[in-house]
Amino acid sequence: MKIGAPKELFEGENRVAMTPDSAIQLIKLGHTCVIETGAGAKAGFSDASYEKAGVEVVPSAAALYDAADVVVKVRGPEADEARLLKSGQTLISFFWPAQNADLLAQIAGQGATAVAMDMVPRISRAQKMDALSSMANIAGYRAVIEAGNNFGRFFTGQVTAAGKVPPAKVLVVGAGVAGLAAIGTATSLGAIVNAFDVRPEVAEQIESMGANFVFLEFDASELPDGAATGGYAAPSSPAFAAKQLAKFRELAPEMDIVITTALIPGRPAPKLWTADMVQMMKPGSVIIDLAAERGGNCDLTVPDQKIVTDNGVTVVGYTDFPSRMAAQSSTLYSNNIRHMLADLTPKKDGVIAHNMEDDVIRGATVTHAGAVTYPPPPPKIAAIAAAKPKPKAVELTPAEKRAQEVAAFKTQTRNQVSLLAVGTVLLLGLGLVAPASFMQHFIVFVLAVFIGFQVIWNVSHSLHTPLMAITNAISSIIILGALMQIGSGSYLVILLAALSVFMAGINIFGGFLVTRRMLAMFQKS
Amino acid sequence: MDYGFTTAAYVVAAILFILSLGGLSGQESAKRAVWYGIVGMGLAIVATLMGPGAGNWFLSLLMIAGGGAIGYVVAQRVQMTEMPQLVAAMHSLVGLAAVFVGFNADLELSRVLAMEPSARVGLEGFAALLAKKTAVEISILRVEVFLGVFIGAVTFTGSVVAFGKLAGKVNTTAKKLPGGHLLNAGAAIGSVILGVMYFNDAGIWTLVAMTLLAFFIGYHLIMGIGGADMPVVVSMLNSYSGWAAAAIGFSLGNDLLIVVGALVGSSGAILSYIMCKAMNRSFISVILGGFGGTSGPQMEVTGEQIAIDTEGVAAALNEADSIIIIPGYGMAVAQAQQSVSELTRKLRAKGKTVRFAIHPVAGRLPGHMNVLLAEAKVPYDIVLEMDEINEDFPSTDVAIVIGSNDIVNPAAQEDPNSPIAGMPVLECWKAKQVFVSKRGQGTGYSGIENPLFYKDNTRMFYGDAKKSLDALLPLID
Repeated sequence: MKIGAPKELFEGENRVAMTPDSAIQLIKLGHTCVIETGAGAKAGFSDASYEKAGVEVVPSAAALYDAADVVVKVRGPEADEARLLKSGQTLISFFWPAQNADLLAQIAGQGATAVAMDMVPRISRAQKMDALSSMANIAGYRAVIEAGNNFGRFFTGQVTAAGKVPPAKVLVVGAGVAGLAAIGTATSLGAIVNAFDVRPEVAEQIESMGANFVFLEFDASELPDGAATGGYAAPSSPAFAAKQLAKFRELAPEMDIVITTALIPGRPAPKLWTADMVQMMKPGSVIIDLAAERGGNCDLTVPDQKIVTDNGVTVVGYTDFPSRMAAQSSTLYSNNIRHMLADLTPKKDGVIAHNMEDDVIRGATVTHAGAVTYPPPPPKIAAIAAAKPKPKAVELTPAEKRAQEVAAFKTQTRNQVSLLAVGTVLLLGLGLVAPASFMQHFIVFVLAVFIGFQVIWNVSHSLHTPLMAITNAISSIIILGALMQIGSGSYLVILLAALSVFMAGINIFGGFLVTRRMLAMFQKS
Repeated sequence: MDYGFTTAAYVVAAILFILSLGGLSGQESAKRAVWYGIVGMGLAIVATLMGPGAGNWFLSLLMIAGGGAIGYVVAQRVQMTEMPQLVAAMHSLVGLAAVFVGFNADLELSRVLAMEPSARVGLEGFAALLAKKTAVEISILRVEVFLGVFIGAVTFTGSVVAFGKLAGKVNTTAKKLPGGHLLNAGAAIGSVILGVMYFNDAGIWTLVAMTLLAFFIGYHLIMGIGGADMPVVVSMLNSYSGWAAAAIGFSLGNDLLIVVGALVGSSGAILSYIMCKAMNRSFISVILGGFGGTSGPQMEVTGEQIAIDTEGVAAALNEADSIIIIPGYGMAVAQAQQSVSELTRKLRAKGKTVRFAIHPVAGRLPGHMNVLLAEAKVPYDIVLEMDEINEDFPSTDVAIVIGSNDIVNPAAQEDPNSPIAGMPVLECWKAKQVFVSKRGQGTGYSGIENPLFYKDNTRMFYGDAKKSLDALLPLID
């Protein structure tokens, strides 16, 4: 099949859906690749580099749509572009089918297949083609960089000869992929990062990235089940929302940088950072609203623009963060596309088998064989389940700890004393019936077992194999018995004794020598 | 030489043996400890040869020299990966020797008892000792001989089967004859009955018959135990060989035999205990074979095993600062320890922290992995035990699992219904990234799905461990 990537038409879109590297991988799958001239220019990929990777460069979009069997794009098609699609042709791009019903019907009518990268189900297997996540990751990183660009101070605290610099305080609202990426970037720049999310199960992830989880007292029953919505957040109850805003109001005066990433699938972005909070912030503070495209989390956000409020707070509402890092985002997005095509080409023979039984392919396909196939049936595999918050271990008071220790000591003493008592009684009982000659040996035996236990516990774990070899060698001490019997008068006894001596001899030499060989190998660095 | 000299020599030998075992607490002192053992053994043999009762010097020395020569050759030639089977083979020899010595004691006893009291005066050595015994002492002697022979016989066949399984000559899966443990129980009861008959002068045939039954028990017991439980089996047999020697020591009235037998017996017992604890299973359940019952359905494992190619692993390793390698039996099977060592050397040369995490039951012998790594010249101070390293996984960039499965199974902690629930495991999944070098998508020895392979931070590095690592080596720069 021929895979083609046209130039993006959307104003300000710098990304491209195919890079020279991804093309090489696609060619390995048995496909051929074609690209519109200049498609990769804004992302830093020249036509020459595509040609070097074996990609055919065509002069116009029309020529590309004509040549390609599969068209890969970043942005969803404009109406003009969609008209170029032929029956049987496949389009892979972001699509947002819920918002673009007309376009969906048009493409279905033309008989083309459309695969929406934003509809890839959120299951582990599909993570490699989850373009929303890969783009969100970039957006989170870029949000911090953008904030730093507009923030007049260092992120990290420093004590310099010229004076002390306090570290920047960052609040990240919404710990999805973008939020976590922002947390990671901000902490590695040295800022003090706080993060909030309505899903308590992400607290662990937040803390693992080095941020403080902003803890909110609430009743767990007030929360929606994260797993039921495919791992995304769901709208919260009014009572919960009020508590949340109160918490933010408390934090607002302290924060230098606020990055909001809260989105609820299929709804406008929730308003979390109200005008009065912005009012409370210090001059020079920065708000980056990653939800600007869906109306913004901040009241003052103007999509696609940067504004400065009267009290000197910068509010950035750009919607094209991934596109601002086109080289990086094109690389990741083209890899997502490449993985999608790999799943569509199961035999790696360059033939696309559009398997509508496959959860991932079915979920992402929005038109197929002349029909609109959106919305998809629920996937057979449930999304990544939310971990239920673990009950906290009860902290013990010092008095309780002490009591526990005493109790442990007492039971230990009791066990030891009772063991000793039982042992002694048994020994005494044996002593009553057994003759003296036996008891003499028996005492030796008991003491030897005792010594053995004391000594062996100290043997280092790493020397267990040498220990076995050496005990093997010394258990051949049985040779003494055979040596004492070999002088007997009976030939049968002599034969058996000689054989025993022979076998013990193998063991003694074999055991000791192999132990020596092993021990000599243990070397310190 | 008289009795006093021999006894004195035995005391010195016993102390040397104790020091020899005690010296194994550290790698450096161990090098000295082995010499204590050798000197102790030499002293004991010389003293016995010169002491009362020994005769036939020529035959004795010839046999020792012959056996010694074989032992020497074996010790020089054996591959470190073959250590488990060597140890098992040596156990079988001790077991058989115990059986023979026990038989001899009985033969001598009947010879002495058949003599007229006047003829007994001229007897020497062991026979003289027997001649002095009272009726009660003779009964006790018979109990001791019986025990020594029984344990020796079980050790013998058990070790032969264990050897076969470890050497791959016998199928390693657990196999039982129809009747299962009832057969063993029957044989054990039969042995007891034969024992009672033997104590009542029924003749040597009872001893021989009991030996055959004990042979069967040893064979059938070990046949019923699977390959991965071999560390417990081998240390158990190690323990038995010690107890057999101690029992024979009682019947011969030889304190050194008793002391050494008890040392070896308790050593094996402790090793078995450590191994069982590391698998969170009771000794009985290991010996009787099979995993304990589960209390409910096991957790479903969802997700996908994601494969990775050599370049991907190399890139991750080149970027990582701290790396932990977890070797298992698969590394020994693939003979990959040299490649692992080379990888370690290269990574360390780049200033990365490389350490090894060893689970107590990794491999087929207690401490097996340590010996293999030592042979491949991995410094022992970067090879750590589970308890020493388990807390360091969260701060580790890359964990590499080479040929281990159950010992890194998170189900042991996460799924209370898993058959291995509660078993201490290496928490490698807490590392930032985990690579699993594995032949294919099979389950481990216990047949339990390993959720580790499905974790988001796990990548499967399929293929023969040695080949994969050799392909990886040139890419580390």
